[in-house]
Amino acid sequence: MLEVKNLGKNFDGFWALSDVNLSVGQGERHAVIGPNGAGKSTLFNAITGYLKPTTGTVTLDGRDITGAAPDRLVRDGMGRSFQRVNVFPDLTAFENVQSALLAHHRRLWDFFTPGDSLYRDEAQALLAQVGLAEDAQRVAGTLAYGKQKQLELALSLASEPKVLLLDEPTAGMSPQETMDILALIKDLQEERGLTLLFTEHDMEFVFAIATQMTVLVQGTPIAHGTPEEVRASEEVQRVYLGGEHAA
Amino acid sequence: MRVLLLAIAALAGFAALPFLFGDYGIFLGAEILIFILFALAFNLMLGHGGLVSFGHAAYFAIAAYALAILLTTYNWPLGLAFPGAVLMSTVAAVIIGYFCVRLTAIYFAMLTLAFSQLVWAIAFKWSDVTGGDEGFVGVAIPDWLTQPVSFYYVTLVVVAICSAMLWVIVHSAFGHTLRATRENPQRAEFLGIPVRKVRLVTFILSGTFTGVAGALFTLLNRAVFVEFAWWTKSAEVLIMSILGGVGSFFGPALGAAALILLDRQITEITEYWPTVLGIILLIVLFFLPDGLIGLFKKRKPDA
Repeated sequence: MLEVKNLGKNFDGFWALSDVNLSVGQGERHAVIGPNGAGKSTLFNAITGYLKPTTGTVTLDGRDITGAAPDRLVRDGMGRSFQRVNVFPDLTAFENVQSALLAHHRRLWDFFTPGDSLYRDEAQALLAQVGLAEDAQRVAGTLAYGKQKQLELALSLASEPKVLLLDEPTAGMSPQETMDILALIKDLQEERGLTLLFTEHDMEFVFAIATQMTVLVQGTPIAHGTPEEVRASEEVQRVYLGGEHAA
Repeated sequence: MRVLLLAIAALAGFAALPFLFGDYGIFLGAEILIFILFALAFNLMLGHGGLVSFGHAAYFAIAAYALAILLTTYNWPLGLAFPGAVLMSTVAAVIIGYFCVRLTAIYFAMLTLAFSQLVWAIAFKWSDVTGGDEGFVGVAIPDWLTQPVSFYYVTLVVVAICSAMLWVIVHSAFGHTLRATRENPQRAEFLGIPVRKVRLVTFILSGTFTGVAGALFTLLNRAVFVEFAWWTKSAEVLIMSILGGVGSFFGPALGAAALILLDRQITEITEYWPTVLGIILLIVLFFLPDGLIGLFKKRKPDA
């Protein structure tokens, strides 16, 4: 589904990423883990066209999307959420999702039809799916942090992505919010047959959800495999997991 | 609904104006209408798109000059010259906008300013065509339009139609998309919105409607002066929008009317009009964050 080949990113002589090969299959929940500064966010930015990779290619469903502009990637079936909450703060939750639906249904260049009247049911349904049915008319910026993350998920889903990239979906969340979003992501993924690629610090979350993992250290993957295989790898234990999950 | 009723009331008021005032009042009314259109077109970018243009005088002046030149130098009939003049502003907005939307924030504003100063310099230096320093005087206006009342009603109809079109655009699916790009361009891109393209189209629409205002202004003055392109004209429409309230559709219209009326009233009393304007703006910025239009709005509990 998503193939990353020999991806490298050089910043002024420093290789933030090098020789990254990743293959994410249909329906997989693929986690990228690694210590701070390992290049996880850089990898996400390089895959999603935010940074132009120095070397290598990214293909989605067989199409070369290396360095393509974000709006094209979305139309090709990629969705992404951000580490820090990234919604439209002054619009209501409902309007947030409505804007996303307008974009997905290519109504951008409709200068006549009142925007308010379009995709109302779909917007409400999406909000309900992420558990925000009650909050539809609240201004997004005034929602609690966890709810803004849920809203962001709804925004990403509005474009009906085949592959969804989640950058630290639980960053900044309380334990309860983490549990909620975990359940939500799992449900949505199964319901929609989504392919997930995500980064995460919370190892409990990672091992609860991932079907495949890649361990990134200093910009290079040092291990691939199922959670069990990664957990068992001596090298990963040594450089990253530090025995924490050895038992 | 409330907004539309107020708009209809305002329209009726403007329609009744020639029955209540003399020629001076009619002239002033037409000037206000023209600046209402200018401010509404400008606010498509500022208020709805979050794009601070500091060079909107350019599109105003280009259509103003183009109409004067087409009518007088080339003897075009008004029915051709007017759309032709507006089209010149559209073309300028396409070209200038193409470069400007590549930048954001203050760099965007500075580039729009730079281009508008370029337009000013051309108008100033190319005196064979534009009249340069002395202005383009004696524009060949069709006889029927020299009557203040007939000109006034033509202006009213054109401004009303253009304002209605802007209203529809702002509330359309495109308008919603534009708001999304204003609120969070990065997120908008990852919803599949081509942000730059949306901004360019907004730039072109805004420049075009500004051109309509500029062309009407030539008909009003029967002359074009190089000051039309000077940066203070760009600042004026910015002040009108902020004074009236950029966050609502009709705010800038109110600001335009208020600024012109205040200008006339206060200039009669004191020569320190800019000082008074400064104080008024301070009061509005501190106490009326939604602009003058905020005085007419019911407080919403949450928004």
